[in-house]
Amino acid sequence: MKREIPLMIVTVTGIIMFFQYFVPSNFSEDVFTFLQDWVMVIGILSLPLGIWSLVKANVNKLKVSDERFYSAVLLLGFLVMVISGWMPDWRSKGVHLAIFQSVLIPIQSTIFSLLAFFVASAAYRAFRARSVLATILLLTALIIMFRFIPLGPISTVNNWLVEKILMVPNMAAKRAIAMGIALGATATAIKIILGIERTYMGRD
Amino acid sequence: MTGGQLILNGLAAFLTLCIFSFLYKDNPFYKFAERLVAGVATGYWTMLLFHTNFVPVVWNRLAHDGRYEYIIPTLLGLMMWTRFSKKWSWVSRYSIAFYIGISSGISITLALYASLFRQLEATINQPLTFDAAGVSSFLIIVGVLSALVYFFFSAAHKGSMGVVSRIGIYVIMIGFGAGFGMTVMGRIALLVQRVIFLKGYVNSLTAFFGG
Amino acid sequence: MRFLEQMMKIDRRWIYLAIGLAVIIPAIISFKVPVPVSKEVKKVHDFVENVGPNELLFLAMDYDPSSMAELNPMAEAILKHAFSKNCRVIIVTLAQFGPGMVEEITSRLAQEYNRQLGIDYAFLGYRPYPAITIMLMGTDFRVPFPQDYYGTPLDSLEIMQGVKNFNNVKGVIDLTAGNTADMWIVYGNGRYNFPLAIGITGVMAADYYQYLQSKQIFGIIPGVKGAAEYEQLIEKPGQGMAQVSYQLVAHSVIILFILISNVAYFATRKQKKAVGGAQ
Repeated sequence: MKREIPLMIVTVTGIIMFFQYFVPSNFSEDVFTFLQDWVMVIGILSLPLGIWSLVKANVNKLKVSDERFYSAVLLLGFLVMVISGWMPDWRSKGVHLAIFQSVLIPIQSTIFSLLAFFVASAAYRAFRARSVLATILLLTALIIMFRFIPLGPISTVNNWLVEKILMVPNMAAKRAIAMGIALGATATAIKIILGIERTYMGRD
Repeated sequence: MTGGQLILNGLAAFLTLCIFSFLYKDNPFYKFAERLVAGVATGYWTMLLFHTNFVPVVWNRLAHDGRYEYIIPTLLGLMMWTRFSKKWSWVSRYSIAFYIGISSGISITLALYASLFRQLEATINQPLTFDAAGVSSFLIIVGVLSALVYFFFSAAHKGSMGVVSRIGIYVIMIGFGAGFGMTVMGRIALLVQRVIFLKGYVNSLTAFFGG
Repeated sequence: MRFLEQMMKIDRRWIYLAIGLAVIIPAIISFKVPVPVSKEVKKVHDFVENVGPNELLFLAMDYDPSSMAELNPMAEAILKHAFSKNCRVIIVTLAQFGPGMVEEITSRLAQEYNRQLGIDYAFLGYRPYPAITIMLMGTDFRVPFPQDYYGTPLDSLEIMQGVKNFNNVKGVIDLTAGNTADMWIVYGNGRYNFPLAIGITGVMAADYYQYLQSKQIFGIIPGVKGAAEYEQLIEKPGQGMAQVSYQLVAHSVIILFILISNVAYFATRKQKKAVGGAQ
């Protein structure tokens, strides 16, 4: 009951969706749409789990003096957005959109902009031609990076070289990796449907 | 720019600088901004999910459209909430099973078709002529095969297999180098956008107070 | 030699300062940089150029504020191009913080080009689970999106009359920073075989050329440079072209760092070998 029925559900639905691909009929398409729509509904109702977990964890942290202030900040931000989200026209104007544009957008984009500094630091400290492989990686990266520097006729040659690098060896390498990933994903999906892979069920 | 917009942009600029302060070292301003965005983002997404997903996709169908077949997936979705109970968390496996089974079944055929068969076809189905295009095609075939051999660990990389896998790793290193070169552009762009914003804000301040 | 050894161990905050100055300089001293156009961006431009006045373009803006620096310029350039040609656009976002940004861009540009919501363009909104949403849209847009982002039933929108699924659009352009591009290729183009192009960040750009060669996508707009190229083609400079001068200075500084660190590495390695040999 606790494990057998879910395993059966996985196997039956997996086999239905696998064979559906090969059955060219309106009924098959309807089954496909029907089941996918169910998954969307289940998913929409499951997503608030994460929201609830975050809110609950921070409410608990209000009792701990070290984290109290920051948890209060988080919960205040959450409440302001939830309350302002009930106002009319929350989608296109008002407090909700103003906070989105002046708090969420700048902070999120700035957090990721820190990566520019980290990539420069990583390039300086780690990007050394220690071996043949490292030298190949380094030289390729330098050729790609030179695209931004206009050097007259050298840039014309460099741009041609970049195009060839991207469309030949880079493409070959990424294709091999993508094919390997596809095989791995397929093997995992088959193992799940056959009930060999059960980690998604968690422990009893 | 109006006074209100100037204040909002000022708030954005202040929060931007709070995050940048992390580059010197971790500090209360950074922590404040980090927690604030977590709360605001969660609140935003909660309202978005409720108004634009739950209401039209679940509530309206059941309450207004009379589509009672959606009761079953709704119940399955609500069953996911049993995960919070140690005694009843096994009930959520039924919902997870639906999602996992359906996703796995679809992904087998489509992943194989798009990421394997189409790619194999494009690798093999190339003109092997004695011109620039032919040379590129030949190099692509050699590159893909040698990179695939490099990832084949069931046989030792010795002898001719060792030579081919060595070519493969050289090809892979070129791929990673290309990726790094493009990554630098991407990361710098993120920083530049913030600098342009801050410059714009300073100009707005100057214009507002300078007249 | 001591200098080179010290350079090898320099505090990372000096590097951060150098990068910071590198991006501040072009903010003070502005200059123009030529942007050569690549074939993969031209293909996307030519596709949009060939979309007729009453034909539909489908634009998926699947990105969050964390990658808006690279993808907003592309989105603006494509929308300006489409709106100026009077072609109709259906917009969707499969990124959780996308709707606010999409709403701002579309409403601003629609006002600029005098395009009407519901008639000339539609914004369907956001759905989670991109793979499922893409496959459901392939059946009927109304299944995942019974209403648009503003709560209007799709059947009430003039632009959606006679439009059921991807068979009714000329093509799809997906702008994304995550693995949504893979989902559009595998679950969208793989199942429904519609023309697909992608606009992606620099981090991902090198990973998608195999799909271009296999013709699963017809074009790529790679990062902010691709956005600048597109703006050049439509002759409407925007955020993309504004960034190119900053990119030049920053790239020059990083290349200099790499060269200095390698010179220091080889010089100190040579010295260590010499000292080791003497001992």
